[in-house]
Amino acid sequence: MSSDDAPGEASVAVGSAPPPSAQPNAQASAHPVIFCSRAEYHDAVAKLRDEGFELLSDLCGVDYLTHRGRELPSGVEPERFEIAVVLTSVTQRRKVRVRVQIPEGDPVVDSLWDLYPGTEAMEREAFDMFGIAFSGHPDLTRILMPEDWEGYPLRKDYSVGRVPVQFKEAPGPR
Amino acid sequence: MSRHPVPDPRLLAETAEGPQELSSRAETPEPELRREIGAVLRLPESTPASGDLASGSVDIEVSDDDTMIINMGPQHPSTHGVLRLMIELDGETVLRTKPIIGYLHTGMEKTGEELTYVQGCTNVTRMDYLSPLNNELVFSMAVEELLGIELPPRATWIRMLLSELQRMSSHLMWLATNGMDVGSTTMMIFGFRERELILAFFEKTTGLRMNHNFIRPGGTAADLPDGWQDDVVVICDNVETRLDEYDELISGQPIFRQRLVGTGSLTAQEALALSATGPILRSTGVAWDLRRSMPYLEYDKVEFDVIVGTYGDNFDRYACRFNEIRESIRIVRQVLDLMPLGDYRTQDKKVTPPPRARIDESMEALIHHFKIFTEGFKVPEGEVYVAIESPRGELGCYLVSDGSSKPYRMHIRAPSFVNLQSAPVMMHGGLIADAIATISSVDPVMGEVDR
Repeated sequence: MSSDDAPGEASVAVGSAPPPSAQPNAQASAHPVIFCSRAEYHDAVAKLRDEGFELLSDLCGVDYLTHRGRELPSGVEPERFEIAVVLTSVTQRRKVRVRVQIPEGDPVVDSLWDLYPGTEAMEREAFDMFGIAFSGHPDLTRILMPEDWEGYPLRKDYSVGRVPVQFKEAPGPR
Repeated sequence: MSRHPVPDPRLLAETAEGPQELSSRAETPEPELRREIGAVLRLPESTPASGDLASGSVDIEVSDDDTMIINMGPQHPSTHGVLRLMIELDGETVLRTKPIIGYLHTGMEKTGEELTYVQGCTNVTRMDYLSPLNNELVFSMAVEELLGIELPPRATWIRMLLSELQRMSSHLMWLATNGMDVGSTTMMIFGFRERELILAFFEKTTGLRMNHNFIRPGGTAADLPDGWQDDVVVICDNVETRLDEYDELISGQPIFRQRLVGTGSLTAQEALALSATGPILRSTGVAWDLRRSMPYLEYDKVEFDVIVGTYGDNFDRYACRFNEIRESIRIVRQVLDLMPLGDYRTQDKKVTPPPRARIDESMEALIHHFKIFTEGFKVPEGEVYVAIESPRGELGCYLVSDGSSKPYRMHIRAPSFVNLQSAPVMMHGGLIADAIATISSVDPVMGEVDR
């Protein structure tokens, strides 16, 4: 698997122009979604911040291990992991979502911490749950799980575990 | 011979959190130390993390000999559950703080992937246990967004009514615990007393005082009970008059003001940079309320004010929450007049189970009932992020569907989890005694922080 994204790969923007601020009830799905490559991710978010997205609302990881065939715009190569970032502009009253593909073999992506200090906990959570490393994060340790925990619980190949039931045929734990 | 022998390393291994803990300055790596000290976060926006912090007002050269790291929690009465803080003190002054969380982590996002969309609400409702209906609401709205179904108007208005009552009860609970933290036990009893009024109404409506599973994808579980208007009017009248009493009791009370005014302050830039939302952001003067700025439900049809503060200190956060209760009462009174008649859930047979009586008459109804409760309904592929204004801030739900009847990924953007990051900034440079008031005014609900 190639770990280097071609920097020349252009961002693909999906959805129409951002909706005007006064449009009521058009909140949720009306967010424009921007796909960008791993190499451009940090710069793309920095550019959005300069455009007036002052608040980073959410950052979360997704593991697409068992759902490879998801719908992506042409030019975006599906990878196992994805980071979805929701940015909010307080002044322009709109949100935008940035999605980045992250390959399984090299799950590393730039940290947004230097742009939005509020991502500190969110990136730690994504690291804790998916094992996606954020380069440039000041304190990348597990946040919800104990420090010596093995495995990344929200990955799709991580078993849920089971409480043993006292029946003869019932499967045991794990 | 030393009176304190070195403890058995095996015992240490079970109690220590290793690198998650706040360690002494000598052992902390440079970037992390900068972050923790620069608690007054990298405000020179041009070169945020690149090392300008040392030149700021923060004294980076405090030696470990002058400071002491103390541990507070996870079992401490003022930490609102199982929040654990490690605080570096210089005398009585707080220098660095690190919240250590995860003691209540139960893997609810993982559980959410194992439950169908029908069952999902029973899971999310347990996250923010002080405002469960808001959790159900955001999950249901995300599912409906993916399904692309329209709700009957009454369902939307019922949701709004419950959501606002929930905000009142949550803020009353906060007034109570905040009172307790700063030493006003009277306020604690009063806050719980008024919250009980609202919980009694919830019990009447949903069958439970908490964790209702009442707002579901497709509408609500049931209609409002007969005579709900009278109950709601009683709640509004009661809470309104008693709010005036509280105002007299504590707002101007010298001890209360001394504990809160000027402590734990935060600027608007810091709040935005730290992604803080809700009363924390509003108390700094930023009028950002999703109900007003990006209206959902029918919030654009009711009149209310967005409460903002000026200084972003503990008192402003208190005042914001206090007056938000009044605004919620205002909204609830308007909902009383505007509540339409009609269905309380969508009539889409694929989403809503048939009424009990139909099951005896119709084979299809029985099949639908069986299918919905065993398999659940299928939701089209896609990703959606929906955000609402919970009492604590922006409550978001990022839902990924792969076309089956269970969410492929269900992520809740929990406001408490994100807001907790601003606590070290607020506490920096203050006294350890004020730290208690500050934790309280961040209003973290650990069920939601750890999920």
